[in-house]
Amino acid sequence: MKYMLLIMGFRDGEGMPQPPSSGAPSAEEFMAYQKEIEQAGVRVDSGLLDSFEDATQVQVNDAGERLVTNGPFAESREFLGGYQIIDVPDLDAALDWAARCPGAKYGRVEVRPLAEF
Amino acid sequence: MGPAGEPIEAVFREERGRLLALLAARFGDLDLAEEVTAEALLAAVETWPRSGVPREPLAWLATTARRKALDRIRRDATLATKLATLHADADPARRAEPVPQHEHIPDDRLQLMFACCHPALDLDTQTGLTLRYVAGLSTAEIAQAFLVPPATMAQRLTRGKRKIQHSRIPFRVPGPDELDGRLGLVLHVIYLIFTEGYAATDHHDLVRCDLVDEAIRLARILHRLMPGEPRVTGLLALMLLTDARRQARVDGHGIAISLEDQDRSLWDASMIDEGTGLATQALTDHPPNSWSVQAAIAALHDEAPSAQETDWHQVRLLYDELFALTPTPVVALNRAIAISWHEGPQAGLDHLEALAGEPGLARQHHWHAARGHTLARLGHHAAAAAAYRRASELAHTPAEIAYLSARAEKYATPR
Repeated sequence: MKYMLLIMGFRDGEGMPQPPSSGAPSAEEFMAYQKEIEQAGVRVDSGLLDSFEDATQVQVNDAGERLVTNGPFAESREFLGGYQIIDVPDLDAALDWAARCPGAKYGRVEVRPLAEF
Repeated sequence: MGPAGEPIEAVFREERGRLLALLAARFGDLDLAEEVTAEALLAAVETWPRSGVPREPLAWLATTARRKALDRIRRDATLATKLATLHADADPARRAEPVPQHEHIPDDRLQLMFACCHPALDLDTQTGLTLRYVAGLSTAEIAQAFLVPPATMAQRLTRGKRKIQHSRIPFRVPGPDELDGRLGLVLHVIYLIFTEGYAATDHHDLVRCDLVDEAIRLARILHRLMPGEPRVTGLLALMLLTDARRQARVDGHGIAISLEDQDRSLWDASMIDEGTGLATQALTDHPPNSWSVQAAIAALHDEAPSAQETDWHQVRLLYDELFALTPTPVVALNRAIAISWHEGPQAGLDHLEALAGEPGLARQHHWHAARGHTLARLGHHAAAAAAYRRASELAHTPAEIAYLSARAEKYATPR
């Protein structure tokens, strides 16, 4: 069963949700986690996203016109920082990997099963 | 229909629960488990009157249901892919397995409980799924008990089932690292079912009263499956010792009667015996937990011939212990009440007033009622009437409102 772990960070600012720990995960923490997940043989794919400040939004309206805007969606308090796709037997195993992810300490990790067709 | 005209499911209630759990654990699909369980029970009703009841009825049912599930998987390609991990099971060679003896059939209801109370599901869904699949209530019964439209409950159950299946919530007892927290969720769900039903016993709402019995039944199953787990033993004890007072809690006019004024001869002695035994068991050789300490407190009340003769010193010490385990405003409130009995109303009132700033308590009738009670004992009748009046405005059940209004009335009248 494949699950995507969406590693979410919180943007600083008034009234924003607070992460369990302050600060940001270090590169070493993520490297160690990456190594662990690879050695366990459960990793399908993973990626780290560049700063949300470099995001660009695209929407297409009814007339087929493209609307391109700068930046992340303004109201969104969270940003996606990276992801892991893992293949494990069940949700509990996926939750274990999510809990070990450094992102869970500084933000939150959303676990989503990949839809099966 | 069964022999006495009861629905099949009522006759086979215990077996049905075990079968469903067994099949759910095996196939990881509640819908499939439910369908083949029903088919196996129907097959039993059709064949047993002719062929006689098999020597191992549960084994017969389990084998029949499993065959039906495998047939269905073989016929339905989509289902087969969905349950891909189970291909090995569909191997015809394995179908010739000898019928297991009753005592070798695992009781998978524990696994089922942990799946239904998985933290990935919200509390309402956990409660609904537990009542539907572990306790075996119908969707309509659960909806009625929780005062929601049947369609709402059906939707909640469908979503929960879907989440179990789609995100593959395992039917498994969690490992030692997780067990403590996960068992806490199961106990919380059972106790929530109990308190829902218990609140209803006040207004003779028989349908909702059933929830009390269901909660006790669920705790008994859990206790049988985890006999050495002191939290489970403590919870079962607490519920028995509380429910033992059922007959004495409301008078003939539907007005609640306080613990102090209850006719203790109406309390159920055998439930008190059983509950006290379990409470002792839960506290022997185990560190105290919040359930066993609450059970011990309930036992002290149940064993006392009157409120005055209750061992309030011991009750107070147990509330100190409970507060150390779970420092909540409600525990602090109950501790203040125990102090008012042990040290006197002024000391109790001081402790109650110290809690006035607790955001949760000021909106609860319990706190105002406790204040009214201590104020009345101190002779401050006008203040007591005002406190009881406020309590009656905040109370939920008709029995409580009637009781608190009567108190307010009594102290408002100048004597």
